[in-house]
Amino acid sequence: MAYYVPSTETEQKEMLASAGVKTFDDLFAAVPDSLKIKGLDMPEGLSEFEVRGRVEAISRENVVFKSIFRGAGAYNHYIPALVKQIVSKEEFVTAYTPYQAEISQGVLQSIFEFQTMMCELTGLDVSNASVYDGASAAAEAVGMCRDRKRSVVFVSESTNPAVISAIKTYCYAANSEVKTVPLKNGVTDADALASMLNESAACFYVQQPNFYGLIEDAASLGEIARSRGAKFVMGVNPVAAAILKTPAECGADIACGEAQPFGMPLAFGGPYLGFMTATSEMSRKLPGRIVGQTKDLDGKRAFVLTLQAREQHIRREKASSNICSNQALCALTASVYLTVMGPDGLRSVAEQCVSRARYAAERISAIKGFELLYSGEFFHEFVTACPQDASVIEKRLAGRDILGGLPVDGGILWCVTEMNTREQIDGLVSALKEAVR
Amino acid sequence: MNFPSELSYSKTHEWVQDLGGRTARIGITDYAQHELGDLVFVNLPEIGDEAAKGERIADVESVKAVSDLVSPLTGVVKAVNKEVADNPELMNSDPYGAWLVEIGDISDHEELLGAEDYETFCEEEG
Amino acid sequence: MKLSFEKSKNGRSFPVLPSLDVPKKDLPGSLLRKSAPRLPQMAQPDISRHYTELAKRTHGVNDGFYPLGSCTMKYNPKLNDEMAALPGFTGVHPLQAPETAQGCLEVLFMAERLLCEITGMDAMTFQPAAGAHGEFTGVLLIKAWHDSRRDSNRVKIIVPDSAHGTNPATASMTGYEVINVPSDQEGGVDLAELRRAVGDDTAGLMLTNPNTLGIFDKNILEITRIVHEAGGLNYYDGANLNAIMGVARPGDMGFDVVHLNLHKTFSTPHGGGGPGSGAVGCKSQLEPFLPKPRVVRGKDGFSFATPERSIGNVKAFYGNFLVTLRALVYMLTLGANGLRDAALNAVLNANYMMKGLSDIYDVAYPGICMHEFVLTLENLKKECGVSAMDVAKSMLDYGMHPPTMYFPLIVKEALMIEPTETESRETLDEAIAVLREIRAQARIAPDSLHSAPRHTVVRRPDEVGAARHPVLKYNFDGVGD
Repeated sequence: MAYYVPSTETEQKEMLASAGVKTFDDLFAAVPDSLKIKGLDMPEGLSEFEVRGRVEAISRENVVFKSIFRGAGAYNHYIPALVKQIVSKEEFVTAYTPYQAEISQGVLQSIFEFQTMMCELTGLDVSNASVYDGASAAAEAVGMCRDRKRSVVFVSESTNPAVISAIKTYCYAANSEVKTVPLKNGVTDADALASMLNESAACFYVQQPNFYGLIEDAASLGEIARSRGAKFVMGVNPVAAAILKTPAECGADIACGEAQPFGMPLAFGGPYLGFMTATSEMSRKLPGRIVGQTKDLDGKRAFVLTLQAREQHIRREKASSNICSNQALCALTASVYLTVMGPDGLRSVAEQCVSRARYAAERISAIKGFELLYSGEFFHEFVTACPQDASVIEKRLAGRDILGGLPVDGGILWCVTEMNTREQIDGLVSALKEAVR
Repeated sequence: MNFPSELSYSKTHEWVQDLGGRTARIGITDYAQHELGDLVFVNLPEIGDEAAKGERIADVESVKAVSDLVSPLTGVVKAVNKEVADNPELMNSDPYGAWLVEIGDISDHEELLGAEDYETFCEEEG
Repeated sequence: MKLSFEKSKNGRSFPVLPSLDVPKKDLPGSLLRKSAPRLPQMAQPDISRHYTELAKRTHGVNDGFYPLGSCTMKYNPKLNDEMAALPGFTGVHPLQAPETAQGCLEVLFMAERLLCEITGMDAMTFQPAAGAHGEFTGVLLIKAWHDSRRDSNRVKIIVPDSAHGTNPATASMTGYEVINVPSDQEGGVDLAELRRAVGDDTAGLMLTNPNTLGIFDKNILEITRIVHEAGGLNYYDGANLNAIMGVARPGDMGFDVVHLNLHKTFSTPHGGGGPGSGAVGCKSQLEPFLPKPRVVRGKDGFSFATPERSIGNVKAFYGNFLVTLRALVYMLTLGANGLRDAALNAVLNANYMMKGLSDIYDVAYPGICMHEFVLTLENLKKECGVSAMDVAKSMLDYGMHPPTMYFPLIVKEALMIEPTETESRETLDEAIAVLREIRAQARIAPDSLHSAPRHTVVRRPDEVGAARHPVLKYNFDGVGD
């Protein structure tokens, strides 16, 4: 009896007979003999006991740092116990996309709650049920803005490089052009933007806070974009969104971002969670699943997948995106996280990020050679100079069980969250002093 | 099923109401709305868009299908019916009142059927 | 039941974080939002109950039979989940120096080697997060390959009419014109039509084999040869790989690029619609175009490399890493013979169930099926007025998830059934009995089926109303119901 196959060999024989054949080979008569392989060139299966030992050993080849001062698109935040327990419930874990509304009300309602929370966070009218991650969300968002007359996508150079790369890949697919807007003192150069945007501009994308942690003057940038007839798309860090001016207040047509900070572990980059919200005018162009409220036969409130005719399984080659799943379990994670934290808890996470990052920035930049590169306001990331090869510093910090900031052009990009206690920050500072001695 | 005699019809199930002055309104017929089932959305063109006979000018959605509205006329879109966009159920309840697109500067049109011929055509199709 | 927002009460909060041990600093007021987001304010015990209640209203593979065609709803082994929860994986930052993440790189490397062997491909990326994302990535590889040869006339992708809706959507998302090719009477690709469709404008073909009718296309070698001779490449949609894993390989059939649904064939959970993984494998001529970065093995262990002509990122980082890890655990557990046994039993279970139904339901394409089969209820609808929808909804009252309905599009009143190998004979017998009982009911009391289900928490929600006047978020100002 093979792993996870319940039927015994005797049963299999009987079932083959019931199906009207003698052997398993008979079931594969349609497969040409020349295609049938002798067997796979890979090891035979192992017991659960052995697999566990093997995989645990592999996990020990990784270093899990005690202090993490690195972000750049993946953030180390506290995950409450309730979140882990709830998202491990097997009903949620083992369900498929909620096609059969009658037996999927749990998933559907949780997505409806998620959509509501994302609208609250961004101030916009409509949210989808989530997409793959922040980078693909950005790429889908700019794609919503293209039409026959306007096809060029403008992206600020202050955007996370992986996000720019994803936008370029999606635009290559759609045969449309991407232009990057240069920076001034670490933030988008508004004058350059104003002179670059022309009649072919579909949209302008800016990240808030930007890749260097700086807070962009999004409202002004949005005004420039709109005055040129281009749509304004904001990629936002959702923790920062708890306190910063909302995309709606900045005049955004679409907001998107990476919601990994809402309860998802670093996990070497995934699964994470892309979110997208838009004004009601843009809502029909939102890709992916959307859950709506309706009534059932008995007049009871019920939730269903809706606006499905936009999607690939109906429109096929006329669909604007091929996406057919969301990251439902990750969206559930985010909603549980936000429910546990509540408005006060979330604000406190954001405010702790701000205060701790400032404390760290002051102390690090006081070390000779680690001056702050930019003077603008920042959220929980900032760039300092680095007096020597950043990778050498990185190794020395690693020796103290510290994951230092990310080496970037001209310095180091640091990230400080509520996880970094004063003790950790002071420890980092003394380790840095020693590293450059 | 209803086939008003004052209208003309296309074989792709659009009705045409001549408003005079090379202007006409088009919508979907009673037969079409019946075949398509409950309609939930209409995707209308923009004013100023060009319409070409035999080509898609709009599309209508039911919960599980999308169907193109084929323009029987060549011309320019002069108006679209926002009320139907907000209340797509009008296409089901009042298909001949729920005009979708008004086309002006008409320069060409497909061969259109009268009400009786169209009714026969539908009977043959069904 | 109530929404979390309806259970919320102002001021109900509890501390999760310690108080600040550094000086409090605030951002200037001009940068801040006017009002706080209206998130729910609930107590921990009530949050716990809220989600338990939602879980009870959710049917997963763990709750009962789930024969959803083309979705391969097999058992999700719990060992996979435990391994994916190891802190040695969950605590690793994606931008750590590779020498501090050797375990993660090894996972990606091993999974790539094993899946290349299973598919007959030379290289693989795990960046795509889902099947459709994998299709997008795979077709972009084809596009980049033609572009690199300055073969810019190739603007068409050929897709059989039995294909998943994602295939044509993918082709148009990647800038291609879609050419639909009809199926022949046996449900395979119509060779004459395919020959007519190909030419020097053919970029490639997208095909799933076995196809969505559950049929292995016996002309597969001829099909891929026709496309290759026209100068196109062949794309394998791996949604149905579960039927032939360890038996035959797409790479040997003439395919140049494949995507796999690790959340189908390789047992990782679907999570109510994700996260999944749409790993993409390719032959060596497409390897230089793969998304960046890739894992390579050198003298000093594993490191990252950027393919020389990479199409770029389709997503940040390395895909849904914990999903790839689960799939690796599955492959280590089953091994060469176990994977093959899974495919054999998946096909056996489908044929067993089909046989148990074929005397009272019409099978769309009779004969031996692969891992799934399609019933057509066209005659039943004519005779009794009972539709595929009615039968599906009736199954809900028996605690079973219905099959895929109204797909593939080329079959009228279709029900597409995929039992998978992890269902016991008893479960299959029970499902057969239920479908037979519903069939009998259709003759004597069709009305009872029109009003099914009866015992679910809601019954046939109004999808038309939902789409006509969308309500897509909670209305804080209105009156709830």
